Amino acid sequence: MRALLRAAWHIAVKDVAIEWRTKTAFASGLVFAVLVLAVLFFSRDPTAVASSDIAPGALWVTFTFAAMLGLNRAFLLERELHGLDGILLTPVPRAAIFWGKFGANLVFVGAIEAISLPLFVVFYDVPIWMRFGELVLVIAMATVAFVAVGTLLSAMAVRTRYAELMLPLLLLPFLVPPLVGGVQLTARLLEGRPLSDLSGWLKLIAAFDLAFVSLSALLFQVVIEE
Amino acid sequence: MTQRDRAAGIARWGGVVTGLGLLGLAWVYVRALVYTPVEATQGAAQKIFYVHVPAAWAALLAVSVTGILSIFYLWLKDRRIDLAAAASAEVGVAFGLVMLTTGPIWGKPIWGTWWTWDARLTSTLFLFLLFVGYLVLRGVLTDPGIRARFSSVIGILGLILVPFIHLTVYLFRTLHPAPIVLKPSAPSLPNAMLVTLLTSVAAFSVLYLGFLMQRYALALLRELREEALASAQ
Repeated sequence: MRALLRAAWHIAVKDVAIEWRTKTAFASGLVFAVLVLAVLFFSRDPTAVASSDIAPGALWVTFTFAAMLGLNRAFLLERELHGLDGILLTPVPRAAIFWGKFGANLVFVGAIEAISLPLFVVFYDVPIWMRFGELVLVIAMATVAFVAVGTLLSAMAVRTRYAELMLPLLLLPFLVPPLVGGVQLTARLLEGRPLSDLSGWLKLIAAFDLAFVSLSALLFQVVIEE
Repeated sequence: MTQRDRAAGIARWGGVVTGLGLLGLAWVYVRALVYTPVEATQGAAQKIFYVHVPAAWAALLAVSVTGILSIFYLWLKDRRIDLAAAASAEVGVAFGLVMLTTGPIWGKPIWGTWWTWDARLTSTLFLFLLFVGYLVLRGVLTDPGIRARFSSVIGILGLILVPFIHLTVYLFRTLHPAPIVLKPSAPSLPNAMLVTLLTSVAAFSVLYLGFLMQRYALALLRELREEALASAQ
């Protein structure tokens, strides 16, 4: 168990370090997030629909699209430089590769979310500070859900010739529960509704996290075996 | 008997089963239009029920079979299981298309809308799209071993995803009628309608089996031909 965690930690640190040195995927993911936030602002009739009405949806579409853009990065680099072959040759448990990639992807997507959230407040003028802690919890839970499935599916997508096309095609159906739940919870939090109003959705996302994090970790070993 | 003969045999029997299914379907049409009473409030539009519900049944049966065969593939690693799972997915997508086209045609006169984002419509739509993705993924992967493993992963994930999407939209809102046949109390359908529906479900199941057998045999034959070509080179 300790060996697994240590190996996973090294893989995650390696991925974050590569990203930290180049910042290519991070910068493009961030610019993409800002663009989506800005474009969605105009996806309404300003005389009929207030920007605060579409704010929760805009936030979550931005998060998921930006995440999807970044998720391929983790395995594209490995494919181009045959890095994964190297990792597979080392005496590291296969599960460690999943947890390492999962951790690095969480850091990557979390960083993009942390920067686009204040921008969201600026653009859409929504009072997120009233229920900030709960909002962060919701974002964290939903992010874990789609990063777990995304890590597994991107490991598969990069093995095809159309990685950039295959990942959204396969991943989007799995984003429905966390995305819809995230939007509903955010809307309720911004309206200042009580916690009891949220429990159904919170339970759903928690169950989704539990099911798909464990399933992704399990099936990942099937995907990378040679 | 060679492998080729065996595959050709499955194809032949698949043709026979499909023929039986088509005969059954013809009988369902006659029964639904001539011998089954017209529903009191919906009128003739309700007749589409006898195609829509069995098509949905066949589609869900097909993708469940794909999901279960995917688990068995990862366990036994027999490539014939993978070919059968893929055949079932393809047939399921075809039945799914029937379900998704007959649904709106029925919904427009009765609900007054082509589409509604209700739990069952949404979950079957995403399931359909996921299995289209499954087939696309198979198309872009050339190595048979990788193709089999990756598509098994999608098959299993899909099986687990459906209840989650269903719950999601259930929490959102719902309009689709509640189950009228498979429910704890007795079915709330008049006998004549129930018999027509069950006949149709049986006909669609037989059709599914016939399509599956033919598609599976075709996949086997194609693989044999590819092997023969590879060894000839």
